Amino acid sequence: MVEEQGIRRLVAHLILWIGIAVVAFPVYLAIVASTQEASLIANGQMSLLPGGHFLENYYKTIFVGTSGSTREPVGVMLLNSLIMALTIALGKIAISILSAYAIVYFRFPFRMWIFWMIFMTLMLPVEVRIYPTYKIAADLHLLDSYAGLTLPLIASATATLLFRQFFMTVPDELLEASRIDGAGPLRFFWDTLLPLSRTNMAALFVILFIFGWNQYLWPLLITTRDDMQTIVIGIRKMITTSDALTEWPVVMATAVLAMLPPVAVVILMQKLFVRGLVETEK
Amino acid sequence: MANVVLRDVHKTYPGGVEAIKGISFEVGDGQFCVLVGPSGCGKSTLLRMVAGLETITGGDIDIGGRIVNQIEPADRDIAMVFQNYALYPHMSVYNNMAYGLRNRGMPKPEIDTRVQEAARILEIVPMLERKPRQLSGGQRQRVAMGRAIVRQPKVFLFDEPLSNLDAKLRIAMRVEIRKLQRRLKTTSIYVTHDQLEAMTLADILVVMNGGRVEQIGNPLDIYQKPSTTFVASFIGAPPMNLMPLRADEIKSQFAGDSRAAASAAGILGIRPEDFVISNETIAGGIALDLTVEAIERVGAETFIYGTRQHEIQGISANPGELPPGEVIVRIPGAIAPAIGERIRAIAPREKLHLFSADGRKRIDL
Repeated sequence: MVEEQGIRRLVAHLILWIGIAVVAFPVYLAIVASTQEASLIANGQMSLLPGGHFLENYYKTIFVGTSGSTREPVGVMLLNSLIMALTIALGKIAISILSAYAIVYFRFPFRMWIFWMIFMTLMLPVEVRIYPTYKIAADLHLLDSYAGLTLPLIASATATLLFRQFFMTVPDELLEASRIDGAGPLRFFWDTLLPLSRTNMAALFVILFIFGWNQYLWPLLITTRDDMQTIVIGIRKMITTSDALTEWPVVMATAVLAMLPPVAVVILMQKLFVRGLVETEK
Repeated sequence: MANVVLRDVHKTYPGGVEAIKGISFEVGDGQFCVLVGPSGCGKSTLLRMVAGLETITGGDIDIGGRIVNQIEPADRDIAMVFQNYALYPHMSVYNNMAYGLRNRGMPKPEIDTRVQEAARILEIVPMLERKPRQLSGGQRQRVAMGRAIVRQPKVFLFDEPLSNLDAKLRIAMRVEIRKLQRRLKTTSIYVTHDQLEAMTLADILVVMNGGRVEQIGNPLDIYQKPSTTFVASFIGAPPMNLMPLRADEIKSQFAGDSRAAASAAGILGIRPEDFVISNETIAGGIALDLTVEAIERVGAETFIYGTRQHEIQGISANPGELPPGEVIVRIPGAIAPAIGERIRAIAPREKLHLFSADGRKRIDL
């Protein structure tokens, strides 16, 4: 890369800073708003500097919930979201790595046919098949349960394809060496393929965790009980209160809290994530 | 310790392509057998069939008195060294070697003894805890061999194990493989496309072409008495000079030869190293008048590329064969004629090879 010099470099940096400001300002605003008094915000007198109610607002958000309603506190919502995102991410990885293994390493009738079937489902996200999926979930009595929140979202064509592509780059000789070393199909999978897929799994986990965390439409349909609500749904329900003042500091605190787990996942797994996306060495 | 016997082995792929067209030979106990041939001749396929990585569609493969056609690779009591080493990238060198033994449920102390012993023989003890990617090509090669040794199998199978190494290392490892095999006395089958490797390693050399065996035998016998023009041009570098007997100048020198054998022959072969540059003629031998086209000096010897003065119609060119009319002469030392000079190369009668016109049959003078 050639280093730009002088004025060009200054301009480039200026543009970057503007970009950062545009992205970061709403986040900053949310953090500031979450530290102020509700009445101040309602009056339109919110200051752009942090207020003095940080601890109080966050305590109320996590453990008490909005006043004047029966809504659960955010702590419960966070837990629900966490369970949902983790189950979806881990479930997707487990199922898709197994199906990719079957498709790449086993010869069975209709193999390619099944592969294309999986491929086709890429064109059928939840939103498209929402009615039949809801009907099945309801018939199976999965409404208002973690199984209902997660199971219908677990099958993943994307992850299956990703693992398939990765498996195809693993040299055949490794499988052959394993066969000569007396490792059966499961052993080969467990001892060789799984450790080699570690970085891929990490990269997928990050993507899928965020996918699961951000789910909106499905949780909105499948859950009606307050104690099953996810945080993304919770935020929206807090805003539309018909007969009371919206408690903006609590809403903003919830939004900030909702951002933290995905951010934490990205930061913690960044190194593995990048390696999983770029690594070619086998 | 075991012998390996192949009886009329065939391999036909589901698409109908016949890769191996009936091969039979025997490798005796403790012998080093080398399969050599150009790429696509089926030598790797044949090796993989012995390993059990390819199914056998006809004939039998017998290892140590047991027909192994239907037996899984792990149960054939063989060990294989792959061209790209196929080390498990996420395991340490130690675990790479121990993996196969663990899968067989061998007790830990014995695994340790075997791995340490193999590491000592191969001089990789300091690297036991490293990962394969931290090793050089030569070291990886040693680990791959170590993985084969610890198994103490009946048969070692090598699939072009040296082709990923640089020239110098290849020679060093070649010698080491030979020494190791002598020491362990394990029956070995080794696949290569490098005729030099084939010549130096083999007890038995199997020259393959197009899914068939061209010639089997002791390497020196094959060098001295190639049974087809394919073998003649494949074994030996630079390749044997092959020329049609119908060319006038050659015909005239054979005119006095009354024996029927010579008249049945269609192709004459002379190795570059069997020529002498001289102005004399040689009774019963051959003299060729050449124009020098190019000179290659490699220090101890010099290769002279000349063209025969009487240009002739080409005979079908096999892989590795010279263009028609061109002759290579090898002379010792670095003193060579100038380019464009006319020289006479002579070869004595006992150094001439005669083949039938289609090149499929050797005719002994």
